[in-house]
Amino acid sequence: MNAPAHPAQVLAGSVAAGPVLAVDGLSRAFSGSKVLDGLSFVVPAGQATALIGANGSGKSTLLKCLIRLGGEPDAGRIQMLGCDVRALPPRDLRRFRARVGMVWQRHNLVPRLSALSNVTHGVQARLSGPRSWFQALAPAEVRAEAMACLDRVGLADRAMARVDGLSGGQQQRVAIARMLMQRPEFILADEPDASLDPQTGQEVMALLLGLVRQDGLSLLVISHRLEHTLAFSDRILGLAQGRIALDLPTAQANEPGLRRFFDHGVAA
Amino acid sequence: MTAAVAPTRFRRRSLAEYTGLVLVLALVVSSLAATAPSLDKIGRGVARLFAPSGLVMQMFPPDFSRIVPIGWKLLETLQMAVAGCALGLVFALPFAILATDRLSPHPLIRTAARALIALFRTVPDLVWAIVFIIVVGLGPAAGVLAIMVDKIGFAGRFFAEAMEETDPGPQDALRAIGASRLGLIVSAVIPASLPSFTATSLFALEKSVRGSAALGLVGAGGIGVDLKVAFDLFNYDEALAIILMMLALVIAVEQGSGWIRRKLI
Repeated sequence: MNAPAHPAQVLAGSVAAGPVLAVDGLSRAFSGSKVLDGLSFVVPAGQATALIGANGSGKSTLLKCLIRLGGEPDAGRIQMLGCDVRALPPRDLRRFRARVGMVWQRHNLVPRLSALSNVTHGVQARLSGPRSWFQALAPAEVRAEAMACLDRVGLADRAMARVDGLSGGQQQRVAIARMLMQRPEFILADEPDASLDPQTGQEVMALLLGLVRQDGLSLLVISHRLEHTLAFSDRILGLAQGRIALDLPTAQANEPGLRRFFDHGVAA
Repeated sequence: MTAAVAPTRFRRRSLAEYTGLVLVLALVVSSLAATAPSLDKIGRGVARLFAPSGLVMQMFPPDFSRIVPIGWKLLETLQMAVAGCALGLVFALPFAILATDRLSPHPLIRTAARALIALFRTVPDLVWAIVFIIVVGLGPAAGVLAIMVDKIGFAGRFFAEAMEETDPGPQDALRAIGASRLGLIVSAVIPASLPSFTATSLFALEKSVRGSAALGLVGAGGIGVDLKVAFDLFNYDEALAIILMMLALVIAVEQGSGWIRRKLI
């Protein structure tokens, strides 16, 4: 557990004063069909917030919209980490994205490259040029930081293994190490437990919650597993018909009601 | 339980499909009639080929008396192929990046890159050799440039296709990190495309070796010059020796690239 201190650790106190994310009237349509329909919500700083909803309810679209990946929202305001995200010009948007760590359902690692090279890619937001492209070209301090991130997810001994030879759980851990290498202040996770067996999925969720509890990071995580939503979040947001239909502290959530929401997108 | 009835053996075709089929057949038949030699003509040609004073009899036995100078020319042919292919592959990569939907900085640049790649690929290498002979004069330099341009067209297209087919997931992940376009290409796209790049590069080398032997026929250096002279002077036995040595070179390169392909991919 030798990961470097994150800026968020320093900022945790100040960020905790306000929400890390405030969305107001966000809309996104594909071919005339509204996926997000003027939704508004707030994510408190220093907490794990779960986003739930039936398949096709727009959860992944929402996460991509938040960092303007895969097209621009049609309307609405996104205030994240003190930035008006929709107003950012391209160069500033790149710098802003570096502050937001994204964990993907399919890991999205570069196959054929080693775990260490993939983790080194996390430095690309703050270090450009060949030194950030592959681990072999990286400066000693970057390699040491990448190793520390791999150590934090328990994979320091697989640093030089090709990621396409690792198990699904190990690949997800490498992806989390790459995200840590970014030194993010806010983590967006799109079903990080989806393609993993129950035990590994639980370990990955525990790892993400650990970043919230120990490092003071904020987390917005999509999960399709009810038990993970209940065990690894402080707050639950439910998305249905493109709007927030559920917003409550996890401690107040009842399991049958959540189950209905998972299956049918109907609030309890 | 009622017995399931088998469907008809052939799908019913529409009138448009039948019309298309008839047009294709008409095109093939009319082309054969206009250009293909008659059986009678082929028969007479084969008889002439194997006559006591025919080409085949004059070619055998092959004359290897000039094996050393021919060997040096063969080496020059290989060097032309390697140099032209290497330069072509180096320049093909940026052309290919600019020609892809996902990586090109602007649609106009993408269209221009695709048009250039199509031009390089469409014009035969012999024509490029004639153009470069005008530019740099007779000799292997013109051959190298011709091979280079031909390979930009050949590899540029396949490199671009390989990059288009890569999984967009890792590229999205790097974009989300805030990586630059160049960082994204070098870190995510090229590593994922390497197996396809390697296969294309080896095919390009094989194609270059075969092509470079013919470039000498128009004066662009290599063994082709000697082959043309041998035919012009009716030294068919020496021509056969050159053809056999070219064949050995092409087979060696194909075997070598096949071995590398199996090891690397």
